[in-house]
Amino acid sequence: MEKSLNWHEFVITRLIKASGYSAILFVALIFIFLVREGVPTFLETELSSLLSIRWYPIEEYFGILPLITGSLIVTLGATLVAVPFGIGTAVYISEIAPRWMREILKPLVELLGGLPSVVLGFLGILVLSPYLRLLLDLPTGLTAFTGSLLLGGIAVPTVVSVAEDALDAVPRAYREGAWALGATRWQTIWRVTFPAARSGVLTAVMLGIGRAIGETMTVMMVTGNAPVLALKLGSLFAPVRTMTATIAAEMGEVAGGSTHYHVLFFIGMVLFLISLGVNVAASSVVFRAKKRAERILS
Amino acid sequence: MNRFLLPAITIFVLFFSVACGPASSGAATASDSSTTYIENKGSDTIVNLALAWAERYQAEHAEARISVTGGGSGTGIAALINGTVDIANASRKIKEEEIAEAQANGVEPMEHIIARDAIAVIVNPENPVRELTLKQISDIYSGKISNWTEVGGENRPIVRLSRETNSGTHVYFLETVLRLGNSEDKTLFSMDTLLLPSSEGIVAEVRQNPNAIGYDGLGYVPKDLKMIAIAKAAGEAYVLPSIPTVNDKTYPIARDLYMYTDGEPKGIVKEYLDWIMGLEAQEIVAELGFVPASLTPSD
Repeated sequence: MEKSLNWHEFVITRLIKASGYSAILFVALIFIFLVREGVPTFLETELSSLLSIRWYPIEEYFGILPLITGSLIVTLGATLVAVPFGIGTAVYISEIAPRWMREILKPLVELLGGLPSVVLGFLGILVLSPYLRLLLDLPTGLTAFTGSLLLGGIAVPTVVSVAEDALDAVPRAYREGAWALGATRWQTIWRVTFPAARSGVLTAVMLGIGRAIGETMTVMMVTGNAPVLALKLGSLFAPVRTMTATIAAEMGEVAGGSTHYHVLFFIGMVLFLISLGVNVAASSVVFRAKKRAERILS
Repeated sequence: MNRFLLPAITIFVLFFSVACGPASSGAATASDSSTTYIENKGSDTIVNLALAWAERYQAEHAEARISVTGGGSGTGIAALINGTVDIANASRKIKEEEIAEAQANGVEPMEHIIARDAIAVIVNPENPVRELTLKQISDIYSGKISNWTEVGGENRPIVRLSRETNSGTHVYFLETVLRLGNSEDKTLFSMDTLLLPSSEGIVAEVRQNPNAIGYDGLGYVPKDLKMIAIAKAAGEAYVLPSIPTVNDKTYPIARDLYMYTDGEPKGIVKEYLDWIMGLEAQEIVAELGFVPASLTPSD
């Protein structure tokens, strides 16, 4: 009996271990594949061509700078929308709303997260972009800003969900302690609960950014896809082309093994590295914050 | 997206024909012995048309089995050269080197113009501009003209809309309009041209934006948008796209759509091509938004 239990345990432990490692394995495999398909870019095009400002692949113009800046400006805009709005909602749901309100709000926000992005894209084309064009007196409503607003909307549920969990996990004793010292509700939230949940909130923000930078369908539909270098603040109100939209729009028709094909994988590699960078930055900040907290507590 | 759609449609059509063919004919026993296959492959522009034809033809001729696949004009012609298809679809003329390659393989490509495709330039109905020359459209898309006042319109910025670069229509527009048919010309689309992934995207934006200019296949233009009358050069007549103006070649942005066979078509392939040039099949052409080829033999 005891022996067979050990045998079971052995298998189960190994299974759990394997599924833990499999995540690393898959990421590594994906990256190897991206590198294998993307690196020939360097043999087939010159670096100066890659770093030029024109993207017109059917005539061998492979400047990826407009695509990178396009992705960054849309993501920046989306972050500016999603972070304050998402954290505000999370604080309201977790700290201020009465219990019944909370029970309605939380599932509703999660429902919003399940909305297919193509539906938001349609809303963007038919409602938001005409409205923004008139409101802001722009030449066209298909701009980075339109994409940012919709992406912000897509990222908000992620931010709310994770941030709310983090705030909820702060021990009740912290709040009671603050109240006992005579802190107002605002002071408690801002000075006690929020700092205590900081690492979780930061994770929420990073996940939100990750969601925004990787989103494809909505941006392809509403940002106009014009590969223009976006460096100024004004570029937010002009059409841009993101890396994800480029890959999605062009990969289906490209000849396998051509330079264009390799460049698209190279763009995928860049996107992967940016996401990795965001995540590494986030975890290092969280890690440092934890260390500091441990030092203070001990 | 087409990549996944097309095989699915092909399978569906095949399945449909197998499932419904004998039942509708009532002469199932006779059809088994005389079943004939036609392999038809090529241009993605034509594939919907070819599928519609194949479906109708098989409904009427129980003995025929037509398999239609896309993949592009070049793919279709390559398959004809290798002898793996009976009919190749192409939205461009066969190239000299392809003819040479075919002849080296013992294949004599024969051209059939099966329909025409016109590209309409569209603007918002609020836009007072009604006619443009090809040169003006070229200058608009290359970025030399960026305000409607320069072509007789209101003081508004021009928002240029185009299909994505992988669209055959994009390439055709680039060569015929932007570069005015001159292959030495290296003019490119202005960098701030909006590249929209679908015809619907262009239609939706033109419908609500008086600054916009776009282009699309004639059959895909809804009634509530305004088509521009186009002149080949300044001083010549401005022509609106329509079935008659495309057929008499006065409308400048139109191209022929082709089917190629190996030599003079024989047997069922000949019957099928004759049917395609007939009234019934050419009505399907008009329904799908293409321009019917004139009913007289085209070469």
